[in-house]
Amino acid sequence: MGNKRKVSEINSSSMADISFLLLIFFLVTTSMNVSTGLSRRLPAPLQPNQKPEDIDIKKRNIFIVKVNSLNQLQVQGELMDVRKLKDKAKEFIQNEANDPNLPEKTMVNIDLLGNVEITKDHVISLQNDVDTQYQAYIEVQNELVAAYNELRNEFSMQKFGKKYDELPEREQMAIQQVYPQKISEAEPKNYGGIKNGKN
Amino acid sequence: MAKIRKDEKREMPALSTSSLPDIIFMLLFFFMAVTSMKEVTFKVSIKAPEATELQKLENKSLVRYIYVGKPTPEFQKAYGSETRIQLSDAFADVKDLENYIVSERSAMKENDQSSLTVSIKADKDTHMGIITDIKQALRRAYALKISYAAVKRTTY
Repeated sequence: MGNKRKVSEINSSSMADISFLLLIFFLVTTSMNVSTGLSRRLPAPLQPNQKPEDIDIKKRNIFIVKVNSLNQLQVQGELMDVRKLKDKAKEFIQNEANDPNLPEKTMVNIDLLGNVEITKDHVISLQNDVDTQYQAYIEVQNELVAAYNELRNEFSMQKFGKKYDELPEREQMAIQQVYPQKISEAEPKNYGGIKNGKN
Repeated sequence: MAKIRKDEKREMPALSTSSLPDIIFMLLFFFMAVTSMKEVTFKVSIKAPEATELQKLENKSLVRYIYVGKPTPEFQKAYGSETRIQLSDAFADVKDLENYIVSERSAMKENDQSSLTVSIKADKDTHMGIITDIKQALRRAYALKISYAAVKRTTY
């Protein structure tokens, strides 16, 4: 023993301190918050020689929501508070009583669900002014998405006894077919000020 | 009968701390893995609008951000106080947007390209005119999956 040189052990007690330091650095710089938002899908661009077509949609199938430069809401021609928009939109999308003024219902065969009467051709048209505030626009979008989400939830509770989010993907797809999200953000037009004329 | 002897001093063995670094390292690696450093320095001030029906943006590597808002005070001298667009680290114009998206997309892996999502982070007082311009530019660039960044609404 005496002849061999003894390699003195490296003192590793400061190792913990060093790693603590690093740990704290990463703790501070970390940002766990995931970004959230309202997901939407834009329509494909128009071909250069294609004119913005006025697709012939029956009047009963279209739900027009306009937001003007003063952030006022006009739904189907009447002024409305944004808080009432959700119920109005639900009523429109669902058309429970088969009202002739609300979108027409068609019988569609959807797997897992069988024959369901849905308002296949309904469109929600959202139009805004150049000066509309972004917050107001998001609120309207939010209410419309909320209307769809509530309808989907109600339907899935009724059919599967579970919330829409908890369903397996196949069943979610089926419900999406019953209540497809059809929010059309029209080609931009310039409305002047409060004057919410023809569209 | 068992006899409890209290008088006899039993020495508590020293707690071994040799595994402490390992534990800390484990924590460290966890935070290193989940951490994402702030990607950009904001040159525009953004107060996100509020909403309730929020969806999480799942895959961060597939998301590109467009920041819209008024320049922060230190940039107001140079850029004015009108609403501006910021792409990654610099101010940009609506007409730069298409090129930006196209180049970002071509830098992505081929099978990820179709799932590119553009998140529009705009200040809640922005006028819709500029948002509409952005949306039109995104349509032209075929970046059709978008997300309007918003935060959870706490009060009505």
